[in-house]
Amino acid sequence: MKRLLALLLLALIWSGAAEAGVKPDEILDDPVLEARARMLGKELRCLVCQNQSIDDSDAPLAADLRRLVRKRLLAGDTDEEVKAFLVARYGDFILLRPPIRPSTWLLWGGPFAVLILGGVSVGLYMRRRSARGEPEVDELSPEERARLERLLAGDSRPAG
Amino acid sequence: MTATTETAATNRRTWLYLLPVLVFVVIGGFLAFGLTRDPTVLPSALLDRPAPEFELPPIPGRDDHGFSRADLGGEPMLVNVWASWCVPCRVEHPLITRLAEEEGIIVNGLNYKDRAEDAMAWLKELGDPFEYVGWDIKGRAAIEWGVYGVPETFVIDRNGTIVYKQVGQVTPRVINEVILPLIRKLREQ
Repeated sequence: MKRLLALLLLALIWSGAAEAGVKPDEILDDPVLEARARMLGKELRCLVCQNQSIDDSDAPLAADLRRLVRKRLLAGDTDEEVKAFLVARYGDFILLRPPIRPSTWLLWGGPFAVLILGGVSVGLYMRRRSARGEPEVDELSPEERARLERLLAGDSRPAG
Repeated sequence: MTATTETAATNRRTWLYLLPVLVFVVIGGFLAFGLTRDPTVLPSALLDRPAPEFELPPIPGRDDHGFSRADLGGEPMLVNVWASWCVPCRVEHPLITRLAEEEGIIVNGLNYKDRAEDAMAWLKELGDPFEYVGWDIKGRAAIEWGVYGVPETFVIDRNGTIVYKQVGQVTPRVINEVILPLIRKLREQ
């Protein structure tokens, strides 16, 4: 039973992998252009399914965009030109990797800022601790010393 | 310990107590903003930009005009992206019709990936309020418009600039609160 389930699962995964994304009739004859199309396809978001790239998606719009990318490449566009073409129509959202610009500085810089902030505060804390050195110990006053000696001698009567 | 170091330590402790509250407010603020947005509605890259260049043939059997960039402008108008296979389009169609017939707004249609006979049957059944309708069987013009699903409705001003985009169904609320006030404003310009 377990083996059957595992087989079914594998079959499901394989069939999915075979069906999803780039279709045979979309593939360009020129392997270099096709490789570029694949690179681009992985970086472009399918706007219908949103968390898939157009290469991974079976949505009709993703297929249209794959064909469009290939058409632009055949027309001699650079990768950047193809991306700019799509960003002009669909906005930055179509890029799975957000571009670095003022509105995304927080997004890209945030983790580093937090890391630096954390590092600085840990550094400050360590420095203050080592600067403080051994904790100060007050000397015993003569009364305390006398009392301690009495206690050690086995005499527990209060002083005075 | 002297008195000053003691107050410094108390101050530091107060800060430590406040820190989780601050972290909560910051994270909560981001979540409150992020989780209450509808993730399927994307901002349009074309807002406040001239409508894109496109040229579409008519649906065979409707008229000879088709629909192209040259038809935009002059008057404030709507461009409604629809398809006969799209259920929300069917729901919003009476509202679109009302805008055209009762408010006198020019509405153009962009028929998306439809068979001609299906599209014509749909218009015959539900009525045809459109001035011009372009037949975008490959969905290529829709890509120029940044369309990623049907229905979508654009408001175009006198200069042919896209001033509003409704992703998904037009509702009575959208009409009363957004589209009609906007058209009124555009008409005065």
